[in-house]
Amino acid sequence: MKILVCISHVPDTNAKIPFKNGQPDLSGISFVIAPYDDFALARAVELRDQTKGKLTVLNVGLSDTEPTIRKALAIGADEAIRVHATPHDAFYVASQIAAIASRENYDMILMGRESSDFNGGQVHGMVAAMLGLPCVVPCMKLDLYGRVAVMHRETEGGKEVVEVEMPFIAGCQEPIAEWKIPNMRGIMSAKTKPLKVVEPIDVPKYTHIVQYEMPPQRGTVKMIDKDNVAELVRLLRQEAKVI
Amino acid sequence: MSNVLIYVEAENNSAKKTSLEAVSYGATVAQMLGGKAIALATAALAADKTEELAKYGADKVLHAAQNPSQSEEIAQLIVAAAHQENVTVILAAKSIVVDLALPMVGAKLQASVATNITELPELSNGFVVRRSAYSGKAITKVELSGKIKVLSIKKNASELREYHKPLLLEPFSVEITPSKISVKEVKKQTGEVLLSEADIVVSAGRGLKGPENWGMIEELAKVLGAATACSKPVSDMNWRPHHEHVGQTGIKISPNLYIAIGISGAIQHLAGVNASKVIVVINKDPEAPFFKAADYGIVGDAFEVVPKLTQALKAVL
Repeated sequence: MKILVCISHVPDTNAKIPFKNGQPDLSGISFVIAPYDDFALARAVELRDQTKGKLTVLNVGLSDTEPTIRKALAIGADEAIRVHATPHDAFYVASQIAAIASRENYDMILMGRESSDFNGGQVHGMVAAMLGLPCVVPCMKLDLYGRVAVMHRETEGGKEVVEVEMPFIAGCQEPIAEWKIPNMRGIMSAKTKPLKVVEPIDVPKYTHIVQYEMPPQRGTVKMIDKDNVAELVRLLRQEAKVI
Repeated sequence: MSNVLIYVEAENNSAKKTSLEAVSYGATVAQMLGGKAIALATAALAADKTEELAKYGADKVLHAAQNPSQSEEIAQLIVAAAHQENVTVILAAKSIVVDLALPMVGAKLQASVATNITELPELSNGFVVRRSAYSGKAITKVELSGKIKVLSIKKNASELREYHKPLLLEPFSVEITPSKISVKEVKKQTGEVLLSEADIVVSAGRGLKGPENWGMIEELAKVLGAATACSKPVSDMNWRPHHEHVGQTGIKISPNLYIAIGISGAIQHLAGVNASKVIVVINKDPEAPFFKAADYGIVGDAFEVVPKLTQALKAVL
């Protein structure tokens, strides 16, 4: 069983993002494995243990992402691949993943339903289209029965139980597994696990960030006395005009 | 010719309201580009409901004979329609199925893809859209330079505008390779307002103390015709189902009105709701950070304020 987990290297979700010269200033911010990718990784570690398979993590990034990749190795991945490139956009990243996956024939490719930096949620669908594989998103439960995976997929207002044969792609979210915290043994062994750096393939760029802006600020909150809820109703009708 | 293709989702034989918003949005973009707005609906939309698409701006409606349910099947339908109609913009209202189908379309057509768009594009200097990044902590302006642009539109990205165009209905059929995913079981809450479609959302958190106290939340939601939502701890503790969880790791919503009850307003929760037009916060802790992100606030105990609010609304709605 060969499992690939794709991880993004993103700012800690607890961090406030300061702006400097019209750009987000990420210099003082710690980076983490994107939270949804972390769920995918946690489940992949369990499935690897269960099937005695091999778990590879893949990141598209420059050398500054290596601490994040080492953390994934400490959590339990067997080896890592870093595509040495700035992750320009979803199409660029998906093309890199597809190029590697088309050589390696993974039985499943897992990742988060979206990254927490650009929140695009595009990579899994693009990789699926590039490789002609089925793709289940958002996957909340994943169990294997031989070559068949049974998954719970969230739907608008509910969920479905779906079945698909390997190979497949899944974009994961909680509660697929509990996040795993690396233990000391994991951290030590991560230092010697293989981390292969490969050069990117050429990919045309179809999107370009031309400007960052601060999000619009809300006006000052209007406080209403708890014994005067009729005033809130009046404001919602006459001032905000939302009911 | 710069035609715009709008993929329409239907529920209970009618177009979803967010899809009608997308048709309006698409009609406006088509006007800006000097092209036509072409709506693509599946057999899930009843023939006698296709007229609504013309009302909200479709110059032509492609009515597919098939009713694909899996994203990869829908992607095939969209790609075929895009080729036939020679379109340069493809868009659809955000939904779980669309969110997966559009990147597939983008990859197949070598297109520029931008998801969760909240406004009309700017065309003065290329094709530029605005979308949030870092879970709402920044906004990016993104230029889409591909020959074809693929967009998913968030609720309230544009007004639902009535164009009252004459209906031009055209049957559409395409060979679809069936998905390898087989659906074994469907569990769906029925008779409730869908969270992603709702104009008003009533949401509650740990301040409610237990799942047995959700009756008053549901009652308030019913009076407002609202959907119910919850915070992450509440869904983690299984007080409410996961599909109601809004926030960074849950659903991100942009309703007209979001009422947060007994939710402190952690940064991860705000990431899922800060695109709401108007936010009301009810919390007994005057220091709750959510008040800083709200338009209207009441400091008070939910068990006291919510029933009173429901009564006050009943009196006027």
